[in-house]
This record gives sequence, C-alpha cells and structure tokens, in this order.
Amino acid sequence: MPSTVALTVARYRPEQESEPTWETYEIPFRKDWVVLDALNHVKDRLDGSLSFRWSCRMGVCGSCGMKVNGTPKLTCATFLSDYLPGPIRVEPLDYFPVVRDLVVDITDFVRKLKQVKPWIIRKEEKPLDEGEYLQTPDQLDAYKQFSMCINCMLCYSACPIYGLEPGFIGPAAIALAQRYNMDSRDEGAAERLSILSEHDGIWQCTFVGECTKVCPKHVDPAGAIQQYKLAGATHWVKSLLLPWGTR
Amino acid sequence: MSADPHYTLYHPRWYRRRVSVWWWLQNRAYARFVLRELTSVFVAFFAVVYLWQLRALTQGPEAYGQFLARLRTPLFLVLDTMAFVFVLFHTITWFNLTPKAIVLRLRGKRVPDWAIVGLNYAAWLVLSGAVALVLLRA
Repeated sequence: MPSTVALTVARYRPEQESEPTWETYEIPFRKDWVVLDALNHVKDRLDGSLSFRWSCRMGVCGSCGMKVNGTPKLTCATFLSDYLPGPIRVEPLDYFPVVRDLVVDITDFVRKLKQVKPWIIRKEEKPLDEGEYLQTPDQLDAYKQFSMCINCMLCYSACPIYGLEPGFIGPAAIALAQRYNMDSRDEGAAERLSILSEHDGIWQCTFVGECTKVCPKHVDPAGAIQQYKLAGATHWVKSLLLPWGTR
Repeated sequence: MSADPHYTLYHPRWYRRRVSVWWWLQNRAYARFVLRELTSVFVAFFAVVYLWQLRALTQGPEAYGQFLARLRTPLFLVLDTMAFVFVLFHTITWFNLTPKAIVLRLRGKRVPDWAIVGLNYAAWLVLSGAVALVLLRA
C-alpha cells in the first residue's frame, strides 16, 4: 500500500487562463478515502482556491459528479484504492460549460428537465375528502427504477450525442419523463410525448448505451428512451390505423 | 487582480470544450457503438443484392445464371463474407439489446431479460430452419 498518491486535477481560473490546465497534488493515501475526500484534503491543506461541488457525501445529492480517469463518476463513491498506483485524473463533466476548475454550469440540464414536466399531471384533481391516490406494489414497481435518478448528470457527460447535438433533451430528463408516464396516478403522457417526440427528443438517441453504464443509481436511462421510442411508434401506428381510438 | 480585458469580475467566462471528430476512439464502448452503426451499411448491401437477385429471377434462367456467376467472382466472395460477418454482429448486438426496449410483465412480474433475448434467438432458429428446409427440399 503506498503512503501517498498523485491527484491530477483540471484547473480553470478564468481570470488567469483562457483554457484549463492540470495541477498535480501529492495526497496521503488512505484505504477508506474516496476521490471527494482527496479533493477536500487539497482544499483544506494544500490549495484553498480549488473549486468543486459537493454536499451529502453519500450518493444522494448528485452534486459531486466529475470525470475520474476519463469516466463520469460520483466522486463520493469512487475509492482511491481502485485507482492505484495513480496518478488519478479528475476533470469536470464533459459537454457542460466549465465555470471554474471542476464546477460546470448546469442551467441547460435544469431547463430541459423542466420541459418534460416531471411531476404528476391530472386532468382533474380528486377532491381532498376522497383521500389519497392509492397504488399497488406492482404499480410502484413499474416506475420505481426511474424514480431513483438524483440528477447528477453523469449520463449527460457519458452521452456523445449530447456533446454533438446540444439540443438533445438527454438521458436523465427522458428517464424522468418516463418515471411519470409509468406512474398509475399520472395522466400527462400525451403532453410529454408531444415534447419528447420532437426533433430534440427521443429520436436523437442512437442507443450508445453509456448513460446506463455510468448511472450510479441503476436508473437505466437508455432503457427508458428505447421503451419510450417503442411506445411513441406504437402510438403513431395506432393513430394511423384507428384515428378515433387514440383521442 | 488580473488585468485581463476579457474577464469581468464575478461574471462567468465559461470554457467550452469542443467535441473532437475522433470522439468515438476515446473508449472501447464508443468504438463498438460506431461499428454497430456501420453494420447497417452491410445490411443495406445484403438488401441490394437480394433485389438484384429478384430482378435477375424475373428476367429468366439466363440472367439468373449470369447473376450466380457474378456472385462466384472473388470480389463478391470477399464482399459477401464481410457482409455476413457484419450482419451477424448487427443481429447479435441488436438481439442482446432488445430487453432494454421491450418490457413485458406477466402476472405483475417483469419477464427476465434472458427470456426476451432467448425468444429472439428461438425465432431466428425457427425461421432459419424453415428456410433451410425449403432450400434442401428443392
């Protein structure tokens, strides 16, 4: 076991440099340390100017997504011991504009997420005195996997289509749309389909499949998109054959 | 404070990385994806050869004989072998991906992925068997 490990971090200080540079820090190696611990060690002891986002340290908040040795990862769940002997290369997520060091601007994702209406849509709300909307365990099971998304955006960073076609709504937003479509309490599938079947929606996806591989919560956005395509195509065929049946 | 004229204090100046045209060589999964997409060229090639075959068939035995002779030339043997390998890759990779798109539920339980992939392979075997039967009988 080595006593130290080299951490090579992408730095971008817009007041000093016009493009990112690399800086290497020698940090103590501890078996129980994750990459986020190492970054915090740098910030506390070696260089207070290093900027990065983090919050919960337990894979729930989705703030600390970065690229570690080229792969998008939650740094709070990525152990240094898996990258020995190093150096470990940490850089900001791909395809998002870098604000500073490891911090990216996420406005684009937040805007797209809102577009797909990730909330329960009812044609008519049930009066309160009728009680809550009930759901069986099987009905919950139908969408639960997609509801595990923590908006960490690792899937966007893994998706070359998002890099090439910045208009693409993207894996997480589509998976979350599917999460509500498959919810037995929701009635907004048609509204979402009209957004997602447009040019920048599901049909931009060519099924690279990397979004699913990097997802720390096993959401399977690639699966959600393909299922959506199938549902969209079926809907289209039905509306062609039975124009009165799909209204 | 730096005197860089392009930077206004507290106002973000983003850095946008450009996607290289060689992005698909960055990792093995991307390369495999591009290879899978390219297989469609060979699928199209197969389709064109079939259309050509049908055309030869409608033009009578002589034209069909010519078509068969053309297929026996080294150029077509090499092309056909390549196309066969790529179409096989195309078929297998897509079969293995079908459970992502098709989610079947039986009595509330999700049908396991291997069953959906298995059904595809079974259908492939049955159809190939049927074609082989017709050809061997003839």
